[in-house]
Amino acid sequence: MQSETKASVEQLTSPAGNPVAVLRFEGDIASTSKDAVLGTYQALPKGTSLVLLDFTKVDYINSSGIALVIQMLIEASNSGQKVFAFGLSPHFTKVFTMVGITKYAGLYAGQAEALAAL
Amino acid sequence: MSESKTTNVEVRVPSRMGFEKVAMSTAAAVAKLMGFREDRIEDLKTAVAEACINAIEHGNRLNEKLSVGVVLSASADKLEVKVIDDGKGAKTEPGKVHKPDIDRKMHGEEDPRGMGMFLIQSLMDEAEWVAGANGNSSYVRLVIRLDKEAA
Repeated sequence: MQSETKASVEQLTSPAGNPVAVLRFEGDIASTSKDAVLGTYQALPKGTSLVLLDFTKVDYINSSGIALVIQMLIEASNSGQKVFAFGLSPHFTKVFTMVGITKYAGLYAGQAEALAAL
Repeated sequence: MSESKTTNVEVRVPSRMGFEKVAMSTAAAVAKLMGFREDRIEDLKTAVAEACINAIEHGNRLNEKLSVGVVLSASADKLEVKVIDDGKGAKTEPGKVHKPDIDRKMHGEEDPRGMGMFLIQSLMDEAEWVAGANGNSSYVRLVIRLDKEAA
């Protein structure tokens, strides 16, 4: 009964000229979202060094979904990638901050601000 | 909503992941009627969702023959939510809810999961886990208080 998580990837270039892989999520992020979250991340081209997570169209994230994001951050860290995120609601920005994710992934309000930081 | 008595709303949801959203929406609707601020309603939604998920997954072990009961009691200054399952109760004592350690998680020293109780306790004004007698009908009691400005 969870709303299916949709995920897509877009390759962008930051204002600084750096290639960035943007993972765009849509719907709910919960325990059933492993393929959409981790699967999409793991399919990124080798050599990807900057990853941007777009939560603009995510309606609901529970603690299991947050755990999947953390698993992604673990893999990214092991690969030497930098991860940033944008589009979280004020509430989920607060929740991500409470669990400490901001220590490993910068959070921004919108895509433009996130890209400018890369 | 009446200021002089408690108003009760009860919901029963199947022990299937996803149905916590029904309880979330009901709690949000009651809180809105009571005049809670939007940010507090979001806190309540997350706490109720996490409580229901724990009840579904751990209390009722995803047994769809069992249901999770959610009882909302609205009074003049607070909303109390009880989430009831047929399990033996949370193993962690309320005063000892584990605070997630992101550094340990990132280094593989702690399970990435297991943040539900922490979120519940952090987002609510009160959270109490009660083990049921005879090993069933355990519940978590959540309380969110109305700010005087919002009343």
